[in-house]
Amino acid sequence: MKAIVRKYQTAVEETLREIGKDIDPPTRKATAMAVIANPFAGRYQEDLSLLMDIGEELGDILGRKAVAALGIEPPAAESYGKAAIVGSNGELEHAAAILHPKLGKPLRAAVEKGAALVPSVKKMGDLGTAIDVPLGHKDAAYVRSHFDGMEVRISDAPRADEIVVCVSVTDSGRPLPRVGGLTHADVEGKDGLR
Amino acid sequence: MTLTVHKKQTILEEVLHEGGPVATHPMLIAAAAAVVENPFAGRYVEAIEYFMDELKPLGMEMARALIEILGNDVTRIDGFGKGAIVGAAGELEHGALWHVPGGYAMRELLDDSKAIVPSTKKVGPVGTRLDIPITHINASYVRSHFNSFEVYVPGAPAADEMVLALVMSCGPRVHERVGGLKASEIKGEDGLR
Repeated sequence: MKAIVRKYQTAVEETLREIGKDIDPPTRKATAMAVIANPFAGRYQEDLSLLMDIGEELGDILGRKAVAALGIEPPAAESYGKAAIVGSNGELEHAAAILHPKLGKPLRAAVEKGAALVPSVKKMGDLGTAIDVPLGHKDAAYVRSHFDGMEVRISDAPRADEIVVCVSVTDSGRPLPRVGGLTHADVEGKDGLR
Repeated sequence: MTLTVHKKQTILEEVLHEGGPVATHPMLIAAAAAVVENPFAGRYVEAIEYFMDELKPLGMEMARALIEILGNDVTRIDGFGKGAIVGAAGELEHGALWHVPGGYAMRELLDDSKAIVPSTKKVGPVGTRLDIPITHINASYVRSHFNSFEVYVPGAPAADEMVLALVMSCGPRVHERVGGLKASEIKGEDGLR
């Protein structure tokens, strides 16, 4: 394995009641995180292909961890997202190298299909920095009920020479969606948009 | 008054190393948190003790969830802790209602758990973080197992909510090396040594 992992953390959030109304079945979302050593901390590195390979490894590991944490079969996943927090001796581009070139393919395998873009955010951060992972429907980005986010943080990461990589998967949309738009039931799932 | 649960959260952390040798078995820490309605928010209520009984099924459910997340092998679970965050319209004493239903649930399900369950609580706003103490389940003085885990639920507790949390762990701190009573030396008589 190319990534040197210090720790994994997997968070599951389940909403049972919102503004006095029962949510049945509850909405559920999971984020799997890895705290890894940044191989290029403290210097400028032109070729970021090692981080791209690490992204590929983590798309698989974190995608499977998130799906397992929800206790669902891969096709039951409904939305997803990804994010990275780079410690202060790194560079924002390090997050881009992990997230964008190769992480998506194994993540899509973990959620079985995933025609849509995986929404993402990235930032520089310090120990305990929180990040709001954006969520979008896995097969049709325009599904309005599934525009959402999940806030996560790890109290002791990222240290200066580390990167926190996050993959979020849900089996549902927002608890009480009622702002119209394309629905999960009407997804065609061909072009990743509708 | 019946218990109303707004949200549940679980977290599993697997620690492989912290700058030293990579552990053969990662140290595992799992936390379960429930965001519940505080039935006593906004006023002083003298008789609150009955609510502990209403929390008992939740304590059992959360303890079972932790055991499942940690691999369904209770023989590997050797650390525990608990805590509560009370929303702004509540009172610290409301958090104290969690001691019995949270602690007894874990001790009922874990073998050889004679030690007191360490705990902490506070009143705080949405997003408050709580450092939950962890100690060995059968002997509080086991130094390798003094630990803690930070818990928070984004968006909670609202003023009329409480966050109730349980924590279990498998194994000592990943690079423990400050001596003291070892897990292998526990007598297991008084919950302390």
